[in-house]
Amino acid sequence: MKIVVTVKQVPDPNSNLTLEGDNTISREKEVVLDPGDECGVEEGLQLKEAHGGEVILLSMGPERAKDAIRKGLSMGADRGVLVTDAELVGADALLTARVLAAAIKQEGPDLVICATESYDGSTGMVPPMLAEMLGFPQLTFAKKVEVDGSTVKVHRQTADGYQVVEASTPALITVTAAIAEPRYASLKGIMAARSKEIKQVTTADLGVEKGEPAESIESVVDAETRKAGEVIEDDGNAVEKIVQVLAAAKVL
Amino acid sequence: MASILVYAELNEGKVATTSLELMAKARELGDVYAVALGSGAKAAAAVLGKHGAKAVHVNEDAAFDDYIAEPATEALASLHEKEKPDLILFGFTSDSREVAGRLAARLGSGLISNASDVVAKDGGFVAKVPYFGGAKVASMKANGKPAIVLIRPKSFEVSEKGGSAEIKQLDVVLADGSKRAHITERVVEASEKVKLEEARVVISGGRGMGGPQNFPLLEDLASALGGAVGASRAVVDAGWVPYSMQVGQTGKSVRPGVYIAVGISGAMQHTVGMKTSKVIIAINKDAEAPIMKMADLGVVGDALKIVPALTAAVKAKKNG
Ligand SMILES: Cc1cc2nc3c(=O)[nH]c(=O)nc-3n(C[C@H](O)[C@H](O)[C@H](O)COP(=O)(O)OP(=O)(O)OC[C@H]3O[C@@H](n4cnc5c(N)ncnc54)[C@H](O)[C@@H]3O)c2cc1C
Ligand SMILES: Nc1ncnc2c1ncn2[C@@H]1O[C@H](COP(=O)(O)O)[C@@H](O)[C@H]1O
Repeated sequence: MKIVVTVKQVPDPNSNLTLEGDNTISREKEVVLDPGDECGVEEGLQLKEAHGGEVILLSMGPERAKDAIRKGLSMGADRGVLVTDAELVGADALLTARVLAAAIKQEGPDLVICATESYDGSTGMVPPMLAEMLGFPQLTFAKKVEVDGSTVKVHRQTADGYQVVEASTPALITVTAAIAEPRYASLKGIMAARSKEIKQVTTADLGVEKGEPAESIESVVDAETRKAGEVIEDDGNAVEKIVQVLAAAKVL
Repeated sequence: MASILVYAELNEGKVATTSLELMAKARELGDVYAVALGSGAKAAAAVLGKHGAKAVHVNEDAAFDDYIAEPATEALASLHEKEKPDLILFGFTSDSREVAGRLAARLGSGLISNASDVVAKDGGFVAKVPYFGGAKVASMKANGKPAIVLIRPKSFEVSEKGGSAEIKQLDVVLADGSKRAHITERVVEASEKVKLEEARVVISGGRGMGGPQNFPLLEDLASALGGAVGASRAVVDAGWVPYSMQVGQTGKSVRPGVYIAVGISGAMQHTVGMKTSKVIIAINKDAEAPIMKMADLGVVGDALKIVPALTAAVKAKKNG
């Protein structure tokens, strides 16, 4: 089974985010493989271990996004593809999906694995757009994936439980953090990753025209904050005070 | 007048509250019509009429209930072909998200996701999008036509506005090619007594609750107040409680009369899902926790002591 896992490099969730002058999220700080995509890589590896095949990591981003791919390779993926192009700076979801779809078509995989949403963009729009452009069914919010021959079955997280969803390959799935605990890269894995191929391609190589951006940022302001109210130490009267507030709000 | 199409999501035949919130907003923006797909669509049309839809396009094919995104994308693409709306509004929910994404790719038009508001401007639409974990709000202009905007639940108040909608059958040929991701089974794990999104009082627990064994303390308080229990992502990820209880950016948005955050630090990804609550009460050991800076009442103390005492006091007050 040929599996493409999309991987994005994002600012480290454990460091403070900052914004550039053009309101894109600064990537100069520490950057990591998106924690959601790390789960995608893990799931891809587990499927490969169970069914054989190949796991290819695909990313769109600046050259340093190779580090994110390298991370996944050290976990055990086979090779990587990085689409990098000055034209793509600040790409929106539609352009990102067009670029990734073109790269995926060149590979012709049985399965594409994405995370439900990225840590920094969080729009969750790239996967359904990709599925449409590839002409694949989408099995989404998966917390469990099973493959049997050409049938993929997932448990799709819902508000109150899950749905069992089935489709035939080729298909695209999105995985939640509940899918699998990502493995640590072993020393051997890290060494092996150094010699694994990361193919670098441009939009021209993929035959993608940039086009007009589908949306543009007009302004960015600080979110409205609520004013702090009263802060009290619990000296024995706190419960009474809370009861008063509940009563004033007419919920008691 | 701009023409606004609302994608009405049906859950077991009932119009989702989120879709009714969108109706309230859509009425401010232009002529509103809606589309409802799957079983219950016709009954839903009556409800949508009461919320201001002039017309509702319906199709009751069971394929809309049983297959993910693709049949609905077909239907919307053909409706777009006919009606050419200026703006299509979707809720930012799992089901709507997938349809919106596919539709935008199909039409090659842009889309703005995860918005908290949308306004008309210069003949187009500008949406407000919280980002950067909710610390910033960007104004994004949709450059394509139709503009497609996905709006977070609980961004607007539901309000009825009388009226009845003309019901229009939406004929669409659903090729087998669009019936692929098949929902073969639905499993309900969490049967909530009071729905989190609809509760007047939400009591959410975070890592400060110390462990899953202490969540019943919150359940007790919730049942005394007739409320629902929510949670931070930290405790959902740790497996203490199910995902259905998660409040925040990647969980549910709530807007209750009172939100009580217990042992929750108040990370922006959490507060973006609850900061429009009318009254916020925080119980936290740490007077410096960010949640204290937005709470109407912050109580510095041990949650495990305060919550049971509060439950007792609430019960006493109700009985006395
Ligand atoms: C992409 C992304 C999406 C996210 N989405 C969400 C989301 O949807 N929802 C969400 O909640 N989070 C989300 N997060 C995670 C978020 O950033 C925080 O990590 C999380 O909200 C922290 O949970 P917490 O407040 O329970 O834990 P902590 O931050 O560990 O806080 C625990 C608090 O409990 C207090 N405490 C400890 N003991 C006691 C006691 N005995 N009594 C009283 N107080 C006590 C401590 O002082 C502390 O303030 C997201 C993160 C990312 C990166
Ligand atoms: N630039 C990118 N490179 C590779 N994968 C991406 C990129 N952008 C988005 N994705 C994939 O799509 C998922 C959802 O992203 P988003 O739609 O931005 O929330 C991510 O977790 C990735 O798997």
